[in-house]
Amino acid sequence: MPSVDAPSSTPLAERTDGEPREAFTGLPSRIPTGKTGDRIFAQSATLAGVLILITLAGVAIFLLGEAMPAITAGTDELPDGKSLIDYVAPLAFGTVLAATIAVIIAVPVAIAVALFISHIAPRRLSLTLSYIVDLLAAIPSIIYGLWGIFVLGPAAVSVMEWLEDKAGFIPLFKGPASTTGRTMLVAGVVLAVMITPIISAVAREIFSQTPRRLQEGALALGATRWEMIRMTVLPFGKSAIISGSMLGLGRALGETMAVTIILSASGIVSFNLISQSNPTPIAANIALNFPESSGLEVNTLIASGLVLFLITLVVNMAARAIISKQAAA
Amino acid sequence: MEASATTADRLSRGNGLALTQGRGVLPTWTPYAVLLGVAALVAALLGVTGSFGIVLLVAISLVVSAVVLYAMSRTVEGSRRATDRLVTLGITAAFFLAVAPLISVLFQVIKRGAARFDADFFTESARGVIGAGGGASHAIVGTLVITGCATLISVPIGVMAAIYLTEYGKGRLRRAITFFVDVMTGIPSIVAGLFAYALFELFLGPGIRLGIIGAVALSVLMIPIVIRASEEVLKIVPNHLREASYALGTPKWRTITKVVLPTALAGLVTAVMIAVARIIGETAPLLVTTGVIDSVNSNPFDGRMQNLAVYAFGEYRNPGVMRDAAFDRAWAAALTLIVIVMILFLVARLVYRRFGTEIR
Repeated sequence: MPSVDAPSSTPLAERTDGEPREAFTGLPSRIPTGKTGDRIFAQSATLAGVLILITLAGVAIFLLGEAMPAITAGTDELPDGKSLIDYVAPLAFGTVLAATIAVIIAVPVAIAVALFISHIAPRRLSLTLSYIVDLLAAIPSIIYGLWGIFVLGPAAVSVMEWLEDKAGFIPLFKGPASTTGRTMLVAGVVLAVMITPIISAVAREIFSQTPRRLQEGALALGATRWEMIRMTVLPFGKSAIISGSMLGLGRALGETMAVTIILSASGIVSFNLISQSNPTPIAANIALNFPESSGLEVNTLIASGLVLFLITLVVNMAARAIISKQAAA
Repeated sequence: MEASATTADRLSRGNGLALTQGRGVLPTWTPYAVLLGVAALVAALLGVTGSFGIVLLVAISLVVSAVVLYAMSRTVEGSRRATDRLVTLGITAAFFLAVAPLISVLFQVIKRGAARFDADFFTESARGVIGAGGGASHAIVGTLVITGCATLISVPIGVMAAIYLTEYGKGRLRRAITFFVDVMTGIPSIVAGLFAYALFELFLGPGIRLGIIGAVALSVLMIPIVIRASEEVLKIVPNHLREASYALGTPKWRTITKVVLPTALAGLVTAVMIAVARIIGETAPLLVTTGVIDSVNSNPFDGRMQNLAVYAFGEYRNPGVMRDAAFDRAWAAALTLIVIVMILFLVARLVYRRFGTEIR
């Protein structure tokens, strides 16, 4: 094409490949189908999802790998000269005891909180009230620990002395009551405060989904509000209460700082809730000893962490299975 | 939803009574009057006997009010209504019992933290500090760096995984991921710390302590929170926006990056801020991964790093020669943490209110 004015005079339609069209029309020379981009994007999204499964498996594998030396080591090589099972068992007892107290206290309160927000408080306050309860879950556990040891513990001393005096015949309150408030009971109460929002969030969600026709039917038949709640809301929310409690249990089992600070750990096995020597939960034992440990001590602590992981994993999976079953129904 | 809710609401929320049973009805204000009257009486009695205490006052007043209210209601309205009133009082009391620790915690942290919540606390480190004085600048720097790194790791992975769950996922893989994300939210924080330690120990040898290990540990806790919250946000992006974009021939990934994500931006920002607020106060995973140090270190890849939560724990546990000075510093660190968490929560809500209206 020798013509000088060819580029500008050639009609757009006649132009073929080889010349960039965008110079004239702003359109890209080749309209992308987006297939490559789509594939890359979809793959990276899938990868991110799969990464969750990998991480969870990784947690189990790495903990097991690090725990192996302690599992295979001879009894005399381990700290305190105890076998691994003898070492972990009292700690597991402490973990379960603290979490059980917390759940026993928290579940009734959490159900009441959920009912208050979903059925009793004025509806326009519901959102604000649930926001306030959620704030309870937002406070870092270190702060609950400090609060427990400096505020709640000292305040609970007289209550625990009273318990020893009046209910000392029950093994749980045998005493002698602690004078510092560093007891299993205080730790359990603090854990209960921490897990109440978790349980009530799950319960509230389901309570507010109770079919209107059931509730209105009950009221139309002359039921009082409590009778309506008992006959419709609570049966409807039963599995939510169970799964929420199990989520709370899982959280209480793994909660570390509050129990680490509050309990004066002595690693014993005792149901005495108000004495000053307490069983030590696994998590607290790790937090107390890990920073200064080396060698096989580290492996032993990680082995106890693996036990904690497996306990919470089972509890959480059971809770989630119940929730997804409820969601599907 | 709102419209259908009204009937039952009007019936049940008003005064707690459904239909009249042909008997008398106590006025709506009765429970409040009983509570106030009893509380005043109990306060006077406790004042006379000289054993006044707020907890005692509330506890006794509640029990006495419950008895009085039940008796009154039973004689006027019958036993079923009386039970209803009793339960209502109990549930309401339980709610305030659950919220009381929040108020106590906030009050105590502000009261005890204020003593050292001064300029020195934010500008000085703990280097060479033996008694009073010193600050937590090293811990604040550490908290910001570690949390920042954790956010940098968690947000891309979390948001992409949420995109997978809402836009791409189907079948068993999707169900498995949804399930295990939920399970992952329940991993004990200390276990996340041990995992990160074990991961890095493999490459860097035993006893390793680095800021980045802490960030990885926090990511394990943060990613599921980001996924859950972002998934909720992406789900409420209206489908017609996606369909309009497809109708224009836009490829799916461009639709997601140019239509879905911008629409959900406010919600995603909220989600990330809430996730940050959740992990910024974590102590246990950092205790086992980042170590303890007294001076400022802002490099997460080199050496030990302090942070606010571990700092507070250290000041409490090893207070040194002047116990009260150390405890004051611990509380000041706690106050700093609470302020950060509250600001994050508040701003997150404001962002969502201000920019999130279009997707509601």
